[in-house]
Amino acid sequence: MFKYLATHLPKVVLAPTAIVMLVCMYGFIGWTAGLSFTKSRMLPQWEFVGLTQYEKLFSNPRWMVALDNLLIFTLLFIFISLVLGLLLAIFLDRKVRGEGVIRTIYLYPMAISFVVTGTAWKWILNPGLGLEKLAHDLGFSNFEFRWLVDQDMAIYTIVIAAVWQSSGFVMAMFLAGLRGVDDNLVKAAQVDGASVIQTYWHIILPLMKPVFFGAVVVLAHIAIKSFDLVQALTGGGPGYASDLPANFMYTFAFSRAQMGLGAASAMVMLGGVLAILVPYLYSELRSKKS
Amino acid sequence: MNNLQYQLGRSFIYSILIGFALLYLAPLYVMLITSLKDVEEIRSGNLIALPESFNFSAWAKAWSSACTGSDCQGLAPYFWNSMRIVIPAVLMSTVIGACNGYVLAQWQFKGSNFLFGALLFGCFIPFQVILLPMAKLLAVLGLANTVTGLVAVHVVYGITFTTLFFRNYYIAIPSELVRAARLDGAGFFTIFWRIFLPMSTPIFVVTVIWQFTQIWNDFLFGVVYSGPGTQPITVALNNLVNTSIGGKQYNVDMAAAIIAALPTLVVYIVAGKYFVRGLTAGAVKG
Repeated sequence: MFKYLATHLPKVVLAPTAIVMLVCMYGFIGWTAGLSFTKSRMLPQWEFVGLTQYEKLFSNPRWMVALDNLLIFTLLFIFISLVLGLLLAIFLDRKVRGEGVIRTIYLYPMAISFVVTGTAWKWILNPGLGLEKLAHDLGFSNFEFRWLVDQDMAIYTIVIAAVWQSSGFVMAMFLAGLRGVDDNLVKAAQVDGASVIQTYWHIILPLMKPVFFGAVVVLAHIAIKSFDLVQALTGGGPGYASDLPANFMYTFAFSRAQMGLGAASAMVMLGGVLAILVPYLYSELRSKKS
Repeated sequence: MNNLQYQLGRSFIYSILIGFALLYLAPLYVMLITSLKDVEEIRSGNLIALPESFNFSAWAKAWSSACTGSDCQGLAPYFWNSMRIVIPAVLMSTVIGACNGYVLAQWQFKGSNFLFGALLFGCFIPFQVILLPMAKLLAVLGLANTVTGLVAVHVVYGITFTTLFFRNYYIAIPSELVRAARLDGAGFFTIFWRIFLPMSTPIFVVTVIWQFTQIWNDFLFGVVYSGPGTQPITVALNNLVNTSIGGKQYNVDMAAAIIAALPTLVVYIVAGKYFVRGLTAGAVKG
């Protein structure tokens, strides 16, 4: 027995993790999947009702709003963070003084909890005493900024706060990428008479493709998981106008005792993540092999 | 002419960079000055106006007497809850991750790569998909609404990241090292202890910082698996902000938000280099 343990020590060390993962990840995913086919409400009950929960989910206006919001939020959040992050990285890469300090400032929001970010922006954007009042005091007496309490605009406040929090991180990724560009390439282009903008557009940016895809995957991942920011900034409101799928899942599974429906929404979220991840990992693996 | 153009270009670059730096700093500045004003001053002044005098009473209130729901003890008890969750969870997940990473990088066996892939998947799943069964399991184990339960959850779902960090760090070490040590009669643990641990300080720092930030900032697990009295600070902060007994007190809200952010901010300022490294390692996923 002892000898067996000694020769199989690596496996023994890994075994607890493997078992825990098997249960707490794959087992639990299976459990949630199973639950999504039942009519469980307060407590799990294993009476199967086929796809009923999924049908209920996609005919629930609140879920459809959450999906729409996720689309708006993800696209804008990724697009703005990428543009801003790339721009700041390019400027920071032009051998500026105080680079370290500036970089630190761009990145610090990433260390903060989304709940803190949400709390801060909730105060800054509040219609009574926040930005609106500031603009009035500065003499723009007609300035109106009520996105936080506007059904159609609330989701954009979440974009603002999320970009503030995460764009510095995209900057750091691009900066690392830019530092890896071969100087000789740039010099050769300049010898050939290319302007700075042409050099960036035709030579450096194409080299940033892997960073670009990496950043998109990370940002999309942050977007799909976004829960705390919404909870802290708008509480999903006004009404449920700024709900995201994660907030929907939480509300229905835990506050409204609609376990089956909550499980179905979680499975759709998992499907969404896999839809982004699988092609990405597939292309990564293929490029590594070739 | 050329020189002038250069000068113009430089000033353009600097003004953009500094302008954005100010934008990124603005929310922190607003939080800080708001926390130092009294309610009257907040109402009469504006977002960016400096307070007339520094008034720390909102901080005292946020720390020890503000209401989070029906309970009015300030953030202090929840701050310590978070510490009691974070410290054991960070230590345990880091140590387990180090052992796992060591095996996966240097003691590969048939199927170990598959295992690693299966583990890696855990870095990506949206946690919503495990929330319900985990709640059930914690209830069965009698750990629902306890600090211990939260520690366990953070360890389980933190291991994926910590294993990834250590595995990617140790994979760069040539396998001849282990082979030579084995020929000299050193065993599994001796090699880990005498050869691998002494060169692991950087990756330990990266992992501890990453886990500390992740767990301190967690809201999802906190809000689902804690009960009255065991909530972490992020949940308490959210409750504090949404409790409006006696009118909105933005100064207390802001002081509370800064208190909740302070530990991770301090870590970031002290060890920013390692923080960024963890961020990119965790993001690019090896």
